[in-house]
Amino acid sequence: MSEAVSALNGQSFVGIVKIEEAGPQGMITLRGDAGAAALQKAARDVAGVDMPGIRGIAAAGDRAIAWMSPDEWLILLPHAQAHEGVATLRTALAGTHHLAENVSDARALFRVTGEPARLREVLAKLAPADLHPDRFGTGEMRRTRLAQVPAAIWLDSAGEARVICFRSVASYVFDLLSVAAAPGSEVGFFDA
Amino acid sequence: MSTRLAKGGRLLNRAKRVNFTFNGQHLTGLEGDTLASALLGAGQMMVGRSFKYHRPRGMVASGAEEPNALVNLGTGNRLEPNQRATTTELFEGLSATSQNHWPSLEFDVGAVNSWFSRFLPAGFYYKTFMYPRAFWKHVYEPFIRQSAGLGRAPEAHLRDEDTYEHFHAFVDVLVIGGGVAGLQAALTAGRAGAQVLLIEQTAHWGGRAPVDGGTVDGKPADAFVAAALAEMRGMKNVTLRTRCMGAGVYDHGYVLAYERVSDHAPGTPGPRHRLWRLRCRQVITATGAIERPLSFAGNDIPGVMLAGAVRDYAVNYGVSIGDRTIVVTNNDDAYRTAITLKELGLEVPAIIDARAGGGGALAEQARALGIRVETGKGVARVKGGKRVEGVAICAQAGEGAVLEEIKCDAVAMSGGWSPVVHLWSHCGGKLVWDEAQAMFRPNADAPPTGAAGEPFVIPAGSANGYLGLGDVLTDADAAGMAAAKAVGAKPKKTDAPKGETPEEAAIEPVWLMPQGAHVKLRMKAWLDFQNDVKVSDIQLAAREGFESVEHAKRYTTLGMATDQGKLSNINGLAILSDALGQPIPQTGTTTFRPPYTPISMGAIGGEARGKVFQPLRRTPLQDWHEAQGAHFEPVGHWRRPYCYPRAGETHAQAVAREITQTRGSLGLLDASTLGKLVVTGPDAGKFLDMLYTNMMSTLKPGRCRYGLMCSENGFLMDDGVVARIGDDSFLCHTTTGGAERIHAHMEEWLQTEWWDWQVYVANVTEQYGQIAVVGPDARKVLEKLGGMDVSKDALPFMAWADGELAGISCRVYRISFSGELSYEIAVDAGQARALWDKLLEAGMEFNVMPYGTEALHVMRAEKGFIMIGDETDGTVIPQDLGLDWAISKKKDDFIGKRAQQRSHMTDPARWKLVGLETVDGSVLPDGAYAVADGDNANGQRNVQGRVTSTYHSPTLGRGIAMGLVLNGPDRMGTVIDFPGTDGKTYRATIVDPVFYDKDGEKQNV
Amino acid sequence: MLILECPCCGVLADETELAPGGEAHLKRFGPGASDDEFEGYLFMRENPRGVHFERWRHVNGCGKWFHAARDTSTLEVFGTYPAQTTEPPRDIRDRISARRPGWTWREFA
Repeated sequence: MSEAVSALNGQSFVGIVKIEEAGPQGMITLRGDAGAAALQKAARDVAGVDMPGIRGIAAAGDRAIAWMSPDEWLILLPHAQAHEGVATLRTALAGTHHLAENVSDARALFRVTGEPARLREVLAKLAPADLHPDRFGTGEMRRTRLAQVPAAIWLDSAGEARVICFRSVASYVFDLLSVAAAPGSEVGFFDA
Repeated sequence: MSTRLAKGGRLLNRAKRVNFTFNGQHLTGLEGDTLASALLGAGQMMVGRSFKYHRPRGMVASGAEEPNALVNLGTGNRLEPNQRATTTELFEGLSATSQNHWPSLEFDVGAVNSWFSRFLPAGFYYKTFMYPRAFWKHVYEPFIRQSAGLGRAPEAHLRDEDTYEHFHAFVDVLVIGGGVAGLQAALTAGRAGAQVLLIEQTAHWGGRAPVDGGTVDGKPADAFVAAALAEMRGMKNVTLRTRCMGAGVYDHGYVLAYERVSDHAPGTPGPRHRLWRLRCRQVITATGAIERPLSFAGNDIPGVMLAGAVRDYAVNYGVSIGDRTIVVTNNDDAYRTAITLKELGLEVPAIIDARAGGGGALAEQARALGIRVETGKGVARVKGGKRVEGVAICAQAGEGAVLEEIKCDAVAMSGGWSPVVHLWSHCGGKLVWDEAQAMFRPNADAPPTGAAGEPFVIPAGSANGYLGLGDVLTDADAAGMAAAKAVGAKPKKTDAPKGETPEEAAIEPVWLMPQGAHVKLRMKAWLDFQNDVKVSDIQLAAREGFESVEHAKRYTTLGMATDQGKLSNINGLAILSDALGQPIPQTGTTTFRPPYTPISMGAIGGEARGKVFQPLRRTPLQDWHEAQGAHFEPVGHWRRPYCYPRAGETHAQAVAREITQTRGSLGLLDASTLGKLVVTGPDAGKFLDMLYTNMMSTLKPGRCRYGLMCSENGFLMDDGVVARIGDDSFLCHTTTGGAERIHAHMEEWLQTEWWDWQVYVANVTEQYGQIAVVGPDARKVLEKLGGMDVSKDALPFMAWADGELAGISCRVYRISFSGELSYEIAVDAGQARALWDKLLEAGMEFNVMPYGTEALHVMRAEKGFIMIGDETDGTVIPQDLGLDWAISKKKDDFIGKRAQQRSHMTDPARWKLVGLETVDGSVLPDGAYAVADGDNANGQRNVQGRVTSTYHSPTLGRGIAMGLVLNGPDRMGTVIDFPGTDGKTYRATIVDPVFYDKDGEKQNV
Repeated sequence: MLILECPCCGVLADETELAPGGEAHLKRFGPGASDDEFEGYLFMRENPRGVHFERWRHVNGCGKWFHAARDTSTLEVFGTYPAQTTEPPRDIRDRISARRPGWTWREFA
């Protein structure tokens, strides 16, 4: 195989926050019965963390499981291990109704870093979601839209947010985030 | 002359002069001025001409309600028409020009309309521009367009150089309005722990209270404002915003707020405007009240101004409107203006109070200052043209016989105050007529309701009909308390601050001055200053039968100007009520619609302009296509290469070259945009049998099958190749535009109809870059790359296999949309460019070329393959397209099957797909209709078919087309006529739609 | 603009996160159905002023379909519930009865 190429090759922008395309990221879509012990075990074996509850994201090191819908999870792991991860899941879940697909290259991942309030502002300019610190914190995965495209966002820490979108619109989302982070565009709403 | 006073001006920084221009003239104002106060301070009273009669107009108000002082603001890329001078903060270098006059503000030819005003009554346009009909388009419309509009739109080639943005926020309590009511309400809710956002449309807190006087807990209002702000700035749960207007209140607590971030400092980095898209659990509208004009003859002459505005200019900006100001009123508040002016050393020749009984404590104070007070009197008319010169006084009870003329250069009028109920009303809040105060106020029993059916808007202070400072603060405190409770906070019961103002006598409604004014006076008594609607116009509308307030509004244009009737509506509907002989509440109000004042188009668009106007989807090979200078065409949000023109080549030449090369040797297509949906589970086969018209469950693993998908209405909606991956797993290809739509379609049926079926679907479209390797040399080039067996035996037509090519893991589908030997190779998107480069390199010996969507279209048409969106348009069923072979007869059911059994669907007269060959080899116009003998009921030619796809085929050297034709398949060889829009008639022979390689030998080698 | 709580992921979803799906609780008629049955299934829709049941998809979110019961006139939302049901659940109907006594919608009340 040639070296994997992410959608934007690590492009970055610095405004009131820093926007970076995070480069290749392994991602696996897993669908199945949330209550099935076999599914939970298989996911844990691949991701190294327990399956999170509703809207949760559980992370440890470079691996994570994010709750996407009542029967869907997104497993994050190093890009080079995604194919193997899918194979492992399929083997473990053989004979049970499930879906495991490598979607690493179908998506783009962004890292948004900076002052906690600024970072929420940049996202809140684009997403119709309640991102107030009282109601959105680390450990939660919020699927919503950024302007005109679907996206998923979560906070790794107060000062670092992650954004996932489809690969084909990576450039659009990068430009959106950059416009929203334009110098001088601080809002000040989350500072209080 | 209006002028700047030597002292005063609580909002001014007298140490800082600010230079600006008006109609090219260099003027100077002071920091803290609005454009209006700066113009008045510089002696510029007249600022524009009215819309219809081009009458000279000056400022009449001091805030958002201003109807007259509209200017073109800025120049070039920052020109914006219809900006209110009263809400425009002055900044260094501001440039404004007046509107709606020619050749100049002082001398305007259009003012001739004013002389003919008796011939330009309400409904003039409707009555005049009716006959003859032939004049509509070429005489009347240009005339009306010429005279329409106020400001000048920016030149078409100019681009707004500012940026705009949206901001989404969720709050417990939004308080709209930063006067004392808003401050108190926010403070109370904030103290209770609710999350509060307080917004104020101007740059200043406190609203009117600091101008109007009175005390709060024994101290001046300014001190209360400062203390409230200081306390709230210390609260983590309260956010304060100035220059942020509540624009609209919508369903389920949705509120738009319009923040003018840098209008006062153009060029500052960051957005010019920000549109807040708020979700609020409770909204408090502390939006204050607006003073009403009085309707007397000449009330539009520059120098006639609202009494509150005269006071604002004096107190806030140290500006006097005239040396001798006559105050005309029907209430006590206007006495404050007289007292203020007198105390500033200006002359107030008289206060004309329409009330026979006169005023209360303030009247006493005025008399004590030596001001003459006339009660039971009114203004018969104002004298003057471009400037007030005097007023003629009459008995309010009479018809206007002049008792006395008094010289003056300004008139301060007050017809009472109307609560700003707009935001309360936007989302359904009802109003009640308060007879005692002569105002519509919010009806507390009929508030707007939210998602849970709960009231979610609470009016506070003047906006709730409380005009005295004491009542305002009590009401606002109660509003803050109620909002806090409604969001689950637990406010502590404390006493509201105590506001005190002098005792006031009751208002007496005055809708016309004098009450029996004869017609000549009524024709000069203005209601709507901007749209030139007078008392007589409303009365005419009533006589002519426009009795509904909504009809009268549209007939006369009352309240339809940019100020949306903030000054005129109540007076207008009172006149209408009087004309109809019915009480005011029976007439009711027109509908209050957002936005409260106009907001910029830029703010509405937000970030969506330039490169982020809309998403452009990019394939993993997009960079390469762009580097090649490909010509792109939009397909959904994708931009696909249409062709790759070389130097000196036309697009048609490029397309022909790409086809000839592909058919002759080898071409490559970026097919990454095709939708790819994984369908997996024990019931996947059963599910696909329902979705596709043909049988998918019998497909063998390793094989592919072309399938058709119909809507439940029977119409063809998508097509594509389905590959069976394993016993329980399929990969469904969709059209380029169809991936999301078909994915949603599948999820819909799985989630809402067959939720007990065990099927999962995943959209993996973008996981893969997909490259079609097409042409007689396709196999050779893949063999050169090496890594897997792509021979006919190992990988026959309509089979697929996983493997590796040039060291890259891939899945290869032997499918063809061109009729040639063809492989579609799917690789992880991150590997697509590497494979593409290797194919180009290995293909060099075959003169490999990429081909675009037009070559793809022509080649599929040469083969008679249909294209969704060309041969289909949402009314076409597969049977129309001769695709009966792809419709299973064995299945009991599939989506669309029942619909296709309806009589209209089985009608033999449905137009059917055929090939069309022009007799002379030319290309048929796309979409052309084939005509038949005779005319239809509308006198149009009968038709018998239409062109669905048409191209020049370089392979055949002639025009080829497909079309749907009546009884087409039974009329092979018949020649039919297609009149073009170019005046020519194209003749075409009905032929088989497969023009090239009818037996399919080339794709099956 | 509506805001509806998605019963599948619990998000209070702005209308711009949602896609509308028309009337809820339609019974599908396929081959074998009479013309009248099929017409009713495909084309005949309730258009009430008042209580209504409709389908929504949380498209810019968890992707799930759900049902909403609301008043088309006041936009009051009586509740949202998962799409995997052929009729409005009892608790939703009770809530509507409390707010709109005597309501009916198709065969439900």
